[in-house]
Amino acid sequence: MIDRRLVQNFDWGLIGITLAISLLGIMTLYSAVTAGKSIPSETLYLKQMVWYCVGFAAMICSFLFNYKALDRWAIAIYCLIVLLLILVPFLGKHVGGSKRWLMVGPVSFQPSEFAKLAVIIILARYYSRTASSKGLSFGGLFAPFLLGMVPFILITLQPDLGTAMMIFLIAVSISLFVKIERRTFIYLVSAGAVTIPLVWFFLKGYQKQRILTFLNPDHDPLGAGYHIIQSKIAIGSGMISGKGFLKGTQSALSFLPEQHTDFIFSVLAEEWGFIGSMVLLLLFFMLVVWGLKITYGCRDTFGTILSFGITAMLSWEVIVNIGMAMGLMPVVGVTLPFISYGGSSIVATMISIGILLNISMRRFLFE
Amino acid sequence: MTKFIRTTDSEWFRLRLSVVMSLVTAAFIVLLLRLFYLQILEGEEFRRLSENNCIRLQTIQSQRGFVFDRNGALLVDNRPSFNLSIILNDAKPIESIIGILSQYLNIPAEELMAKVRNIKGASSFRPVLLKQDIGRDALALVEAHKYDLPGISVDVRPRRYYLHRHSTAHLIGYLSEINSSELKGEKYPEYKPGDFVGRFGIEREFEKYLKGKRGGRQVEVNVAGQVVRVLENIDAEPGNNIYLTIDQRLQRKVEELLKDRAGAVIAMEPSSGQILAMASNPAFDPNGFVYGLTHDEWKDLISQPNRPMENKAVKGEYPPASTYKIVTAIAALEEKIIDVNTSFYCPGYIKYGNREFRCWKKGGHGSVNVVRALAESCDVFFYNVGLRLDIDKLAWYAKGCGLGTPTGIGLEQEGKGLVPSAIWKKKRFGSSWSSGETLSAVIGQGYNLATPVQMLVLTSAIANGGKRVKPYVMKRIETPGGQNILNGETETVGNLPASQNTLDIVKKGLWEVVNKDYGTAWIARPGGGIELSGKTGTAQIVGRKENETSYERKLPDHFKPHAWFVSYAPSSDPKIAISVIIEHGGHGSSAAGPVARELVKCYLNPEAGIDDNDPEQKAVSDAVNDEY
Repeated sequence: MIDRRLVQNFDWGLIGITLAISLLGIMTLYSAVTAGKSIPSETLYLKQMVWYCVGFAAMICSFLFNYKALDRWAIAIYCLIVLLLILVPFLGKHVGGSKRWLMVGPVSFQPSEFAKLAVIIILARYYSRTASSKGLSFGGLFAPFLLGMVPFILITLQPDLGTAMMIFLIAVSISLFVKIERRTFIYLVSAGAVTIPLVWFFLKGYQKQRILTFLNPDHDPLGAGYHIIQSKIAIGSGMISGKGFLKGTQSALSFLPEQHTDFIFSVLAEEWGFIGSMVLLLLFFMLVVWGLKITYGCRDTFGTILSFGITAMLSWEVIVNIGMAMGLMPVVGVTLPFISYGGSSIVATMISIGILLNISMRRFLFE
Repeated sequence: MTKFIRTTDSEWFRLRLSVVMSLVTAAFIVLLLRLFYLQILEGEEFRRLSENNCIRLQTIQSQRGFVFDRNGALLVDNRPSFNLSIILNDAKPIESIIGILSQYLNIPAEELMAKVRNIKGASSFRPVLLKQDIGRDALALVEAHKYDLPGISVDVRPRRYYLHRHSTAHLIGYLSEINSSELKGEKYPEYKPGDFVGRFGIEREFEKYLKGKRGGRQVEVNVAGQVVRVLENIDAEPGNNIYLTIDQRLQRKVEELLKDRAGAVIAMEPSSGQILAMASNPAFDPNGFVYGLTHDEWKDLISQPNRPMENKAVKGEYPPASTYKIVTAIAALEEKIIDVNTSFYCPGYIKYGNREFRCWKKGGHGSVNVVRALAESCDVFFYNVGLRLDIDKLAWYAKGCGLGTPTGIGLEQEGKGLVPSAIWKKKRFGSSWSSGETLSAVIGQGYNLATPVQMLVLTSAIANGGKRVKPYVMKRIETPGGQNILNGETETVGNLPASQNTLDIVKKGLWEVVNKDYGTAWIARPGGGIELSGKTGTAQIVGRKENETSYERKLPDHFKPHAWFVSYAPSSDPKIAISVIIEHGGHGSSAAGPVARELVKCYLNPEAGIDDNDPEQKAVSDAVNDEY
């Protein structure tokens, strides 16, 4: 029934890394939602455990079929996600100034988390048919531009700048990977260099303020700037060996906003110190290297681009999220894969891993 | 065309992936270096800052904008309120601190302790409000013994203060603290717990202009919670100031005239739509809302039969009664049912079917034309018009006069009144219109309803030559620096469906109401060379029984009719239009007329006319012409 070679080629290393990071994530989240709280929100923790289970099931489902089917399903998946994104402003749940969630019965989920995957799949399908060693010209970039733009705009409007930025970074990474013609590339970069100051000139005062704050949190010492200071204090106070599990004080006192989602790294760094944080960084680094190894070993164009896109997504998420917590990046809502609280993020990440496993174990299968 | 996948083994593809590899490696090295910097190099310093959660955020409250009258007289400002807060983490030992506070504030220690026990988790590092507005004596004590009271802080918050209490309360409105469901909702994104929001009147309509912008400070505190360093400071921005169209002197006069009576008065400049005075009685004291009413106080306010929380000038809907004859006269003249010379004989009643419709005057008015019918408010004349006028035609004219739709004054819950028509009745009750009902409609009884402000706009339109202007209350808004950012502007929303000739006839009738001894509001003439034009109305609450007149029946107060008087002055060149309703006041002429008279005297002749005890006026008031 199942090809023996599939079992033989199963990528146990990737599963191992995934499990290790998830374990760290579960512990950190437990600390983030319970430590020092007079009313520990254990329900959050339990919910997350359920999501991990759902995520693992989704991961398994994602490697059972041959990933080449995704090439056929790409358009349907993409259209479904776009439709869901269109529904969000009408049926969405309003939380803290934005509408990102759709309710399905008692469960709320965030279509934008899955949009990242949908964009990767559709671009893999498109580029696998058009890419050549010559590189892409303007004409070849037009369709991918539109395909990325639609979810980008819909997500920006929610507003969820972090996820929209991710879509942008993923699409650009994939396009650069499949090669853009040198001439086209130079034109694009110079066009960007000219347009950005022009756009800046036309922006209104408050819009400029918002962008300045985005780029430099110190610009808003009572909002983002304050959060970054608190996050830096939390991370820095962990020192070499950390304050110990459940002993973090900054996070325990809710000085950090979104400490169980966007700022979860600060919780970990405070309690586990430099050593613990380094282990996490190392695990993430291994994950990315593993992803690139799968890309390298893959024999068909679609799979190559697909695995590269997923690896790019995971790397960007890790770099932007951890960079933000340490005050190196703009403050945007980007989740830390496997660790941040949030069902959609966990499930989408697990599906990504499932697809990587899928590509990895079928690398020796030839038609 | 070579697909690049064919080159998997090629040097080119390997190179491409190693570029990616190097970029990712570089990024992770940067993250690691940053981690090293934060945790190893700066670790000690961050550990120190984390020990007591040294970096804290303090809010600086903004001043809400002031409210002035049209001449710059201050109506609403802010007063400092001293609020006592506790930061539980710093306040040790708690028992002795509460003991001392209990003495200074004169509050039982147990009550304070109960509040302290409610403070949970994260809040123990944040100031939690213990007592608002502690007063200057308690403040002096707390400040003097600051060092015995670690973790206790007093902050000054601007507190809204309504200088004239009940005066202009419905127009200005009030504030109250934002509640938790509003904080979660979409409507108030910038608000934080403890912020105040305009709930009513101007405070609500112009919330975004008045609000201002809060500032704040990032500070470093020591172990006792005292600020050692200000790291960042952003000043609060005060809100904008609003100048109302209200004339405070006139407003006070109106309120004095309305005293002890339930009702409303609203006055405006007929040409511009600027509201000069707006009062609704009884009123409330908006100061009471600033720190919240108790449940009982609130219940008392909303359950009083006189409805103190309702702005009767814009929300109250009353049968317009005889003031509606202005509309009927316009419809009749425009539809050529009558002309200025058409007379009907009034024997004191009219027979229609097997019912008798009576005039308010038992003996009848004799033969009257339209001008005289308006002056004496002869019901029979208008019944005769009603026999010849289709109800839907009348409704069309009423709507053209602005009835049945809100005037757009821009205050919450404006009433829209009711203009009945055959279609409306079919929809509402499922039965068809009977022509007998038209006879009630022409004299403004039956289903008709109008708000005082609707009647004011109609009266102003008569006065200004037919323009229906939108009434407005905000003259201008300026920044704290004195720069104008918004001006209230005159807006014409439509024209009366009446020719100049028709308007002249109606105006003559309205002039005679006050200036001829047979007019129903002869009592309301101001004297002193000022001519007033107007129309009285007496809105019945219960129907008259057969063979009974108002003279014979002593009604209990809450069955007494509402008294209307709409007017403008000076008659030849109107500067002010006034709409008066006195609930259960009795007759329009005697109850509402004198209010307008005094107001006109006050507005047009500020020096004289304040004297209420003019002997000649008093003598006439005994011989007043009542009307129904």
